[in-house]
Amino acid sequence: MPGTSDAIGVVAPYRELGLTDDEYFRITETLGRAPSVSELAMYSIMWSEHCSYKSSKVHLRQFRDTPSTRLLVGRGENAGVVDVGEGLAVTFKIESHNHPSFVEPYQGAATGVGGIVRDILTMGARPIAVLDPLRFGDADHPDTARVLPGIVAGVGGYGNCLGLPTIGGEVVFDPTYAGNPLVNALCIGVMPTSRIQRSAAVGVGNAVVLLGAKTGRDGIGGVSVLASATFAAGGGPANRPAVQVGDPFTEKILIESCLELFDAELVVGIQDLGGAGLTCALTETTAAGLATGAVGGMAVDLDLVPLREASMDPHEVLASESQERMLAIVTPGNLEAVLAIAARWGVLATQIGTVTDSGRLIICWHGSVVVDVPPASLADEGPVYERPLSRPVDLDALQLDVPTALARPATGAELRATLLAMIASPNLCSRAWVTDQYDRYVQSATVLAAPEDAGVLLLSEATGLGVALATDGNGRYARLDPYAGAQLALAEAARNVAASGAVPIAVTNCLNFGSPEDPEVMWQFAEATRGLADGCRRLGLPVTGGNVSFYNQTGSVAINPTPVIGVLGLFDDVARRTPIGFVDEGDALILLGDTADEFGGSEWAWATHRHLGGQPPAVDLEREKLLAEILIAGSRDGMLTAAHDLSDGGLAQVLVESCLRGGRGARIVLPAGADPFVELFSESAGRAVVAVPRSEELRFSDMCAARGLPARRIGVVDGDALDIQDAFTVGLADLRRAHEGTLPALFG
Amino acid sequence: MGVPVGVVTFPGSLDDRDAARAIRRAGADPVPLWHGDADLRGVAAVVLPGGFSYGDHLRAGAIARFSPVVGAIVEAAQDGLPVLGICNGFQVLCEAQLLPGALTRNVGLHFVCRDQRLRVESVATSWTGDYREGQEIIIPVKHGEGRYVIDPDQLEQLEDEGEIVLRYVGNPNGSVGDVAGICNPRRNVVGLMPHPEHAVDALTGAGTDGLAMFTSVLDTLVHRGSLDPGLPRLLLDDPAPTGGTL
Repeated sequence: MPGTSDAIGVVAPYRELGLTDDEYFRITETLGRAPSVSELAMYSIMWSEHCSYKSSKVHLRQFRDTPSTRLLVGRGENAGVVDVGEGLAVTFKIESHNHPSFVEPYQGAATGVGGIVRDILTMGARPIAVLDPLRFGDADHPDTARVLPGIVAGVGGYGNCLGLPTIGGEVVFDPTYAGNPLVNALCIGVMPTSRIQRSAAVGVGNAVVLLGAKTGRDGIGGVSVLASATFAAGGGPANRPAVQVGDPFTEKILIESCLELFDAELVVGIQDLGGAGLTCALTETTAAGLATGAVGGMAVDLDLVPLREASMDPHEVLASESQERMLAIVTPGNLEAVLAIAARWGVLATQIGTVTDSGRLIICWHGSVVVDVPPASLADEGPVYERPLSRPVDLDALQLDVPTALARPATGAELRATLLAMIASPNLCSRAWVTDQYDRYVQSATVLAAPEDAGVLLLSEATGLGVALATDGNGRYARLDPYAGAQLALAEAARNVAASGAVPIAVTNCLNFGSPEDPEVMWQFAEATRGLADGCRRLGLPVTGGNVSFYNQTGSVAINPTPVIGVLGLFDDVARRTPIGFVDEGDALILLGDTADEFGGSEWAWATHRHLGGQPPAVDLEREKLLAEILIAGSRDGMLTAAHDLSDGGLAQVLVESCLRGGRGARIVLPAGADPFVELFSESAGRAVVAVPRSEELRFSDMCAARGLPARRIGVVDGDALDIQDAFTVGLADLRRAHEGTLPALFG
Repeated sequence: MGVPVGVVTFPGSLDDRDAARAIRRAGADPVPLWHGDADLRGVAAVVLPGGFSYGDHLRAGAIARFSPVVGAIVEAAQDGLPVLGICNGFQVLCEAQLLPGALTRNVGLHFVCRDQRLRVESVATSWTGDYREGQEIIIPVKHGEGRYVIDPDQLEQLEDEGEIVLRYVGNPNGSVGDVAGICNPRRNVVGLMPHPEHAVDALTGAGTDGLAMFTSVLDTLVHRGSLDPGLPRLLLDDPAPTGGTL
């Protein structure tokens, strides 16, 4: 029985730990007694929204529906694993670290990268790249000046020191994120399929070994205190002790030593320590061991855990979110070899427990039992809620507030001024100020990186096998229609991957929402997950894993619902990748897809009128599939010198980006009778611009016609200006000045 | 068998596998050297790669200089062993006093990653013989502490002796005199902040301008008579597949 040091028999202040009366009662029923302080701490953490997904679980079940023969490990493990052929497997996943990054921008963002990297390592993979979708309040808001430089430096500081190229991501500004910046991080790793690791603690008598950093008081209660609570207005920095502190050097040697352990087949099971620290790792490995049907259980001597501060209490040791730690299950015969490899890399390694046949997780502290629980009650059998849903009362008014009445530029001079203002606006300007702070070269496998549509990585020098990755999300679209908004994000990410030439094969998602206790937020969440699941089914893409971040709100005001979608694509040979830049004079420019008068939630409406209303662009997933097939076929047959997907800012934005990227101008002829404003700035989905050499133009047009994809020649790569015939001309130097000056002027 | 060229791995080295790949592309054989081992394994030249050795604790390169392998390299360099220090390797060479000056936080305090134009100022070193003097090349920089500093007298001396090897065209970090790379008086030790190993193939790098740095040292060794000129090298058309752990 739990010892008196942990105050058995006293009803601990469970409400302060975020547990409800019902949840507390359920714990006492499970244990048949009142929980000890340590047990209560563990239940409060594991049953927190962040760890248990108690509000989202019923909705996430829809993601099971898309089968895939490529999936080696599905949702539920630390990250899904996808077979990419040639004996290789890829694992990728996106996570949020929103709340810590608001409280302490540098460390919050840095440990966000560190956490997702360990998820990938845990699967047996070498982490090979990261992408970082970031969202902030208005660019000129004082708090953005506080959080943005720190978050960007934190992402870079950690990734750069780990030797991980940052190959993509997003930077978005919107007042909805002012008190609640979104820091999402996606990591991808690769491994031989034979090296896939599992987390189950099996094999009675096997050693439980803690690898990596010492355990300290940093990050205690991070998941329950920070990630599962709402910020009171202006209440950020006071929570600083709950934010973890990162040390990328320790993570780097942890990665190298773990990969050596995997290659030498020295571990039976492995689990990273992230949110919820030892509590999560001990319960999940033990529960996973029992779930295999084998005899299992675990006994842990908590006082063997190396501590930074000797005065820590057992519940603090269990709750600490100190970074850069892994838990390995090792046979007694291999223990010495494991400790030797760790020592060679200078990594601390300590046996803290043993796999038992008790069926329970029993934790001792200086000889007294402080925890004695059935592990599944913490890991898998937590509470599940069907929260009430309610369509936001303001949504009808918002959707009726269509942007048709907004003043539109009409003359050539007005269109020119609009274009220059748009490409300099915070959401459309060059991201180089951010991306130049990230190493994109390390590991010598980066084929394309931001500002390209997708990051592209070489996996095999021998064959050219490679992958592409893109992340996208649009909170304004999702605010207007969460079902469509999630599908538009999915469609855009898939389109970006296809524009690079890769075949989309799998999806990960990071769902950033307000409080699940607010029925209107929960309705947005239900709609977005339904939209995403339907979309994935229609596109034939499996969801391999992801993350839900609730409570993104300040006071009672939730952020715009922001599902961020990551899509993985596959290349048989990355040498055929299609970049975005116009490079060859004389190439024909062809617009693929249909353009309609669609400005609801558009960047134009927002940047020029601060208007958000109406309906987002229409979604046509069959069209998206066809467009992707054409983009991939064009790449495969060598018909394209450039391709760029159309999204925020429409055609004008794409032309400017592709001209500047390739250092070439373009002459554009808009169709007679069409409204040049709609042609240039509409955000209709399912579109891309491609550059086609003259010699391939007929073949390419024939292919589009045969497949039924609308394709219209809109101009030619030419000169050193963007010339919209009968409307206006802007020189490349002027475009560059407008596009590249904004972020340096704002943030130094 | 090609020419054995050592690549040192410290805890926290990041571009060691990239440097090994560049050496292989140049037609030589990379030989891994471990920070804790003073045995140079008979290599004909050594590359100290980029990264954050020992986590840049205390100061970039400050701890690495005391490692057994660097002790052995310092000794061998004094006997003429060609040594190339890239980025963190340059910082280590300065800390070890094989090269003068120091690398400090960039002006503007940001980490900078970009394709950087450079001018080759000296081809009379063990690592730059395959370039032309005055040639402009593009090689990526990626560092937060790359601002080269040295007192004015010593800078003048470097200039007079022709020991400035590379200069930035468009200074990314505030380095004095636009210095991107320097050599020792004997010209066998070169340190530079840019990363030539990330410019050895057009698919995954910023062009191929960095490759000549790795071929140069092979010519140097052949010239010096320390190698048989009949040794195979420069297998550009047939790059060997890279090995190592994924």
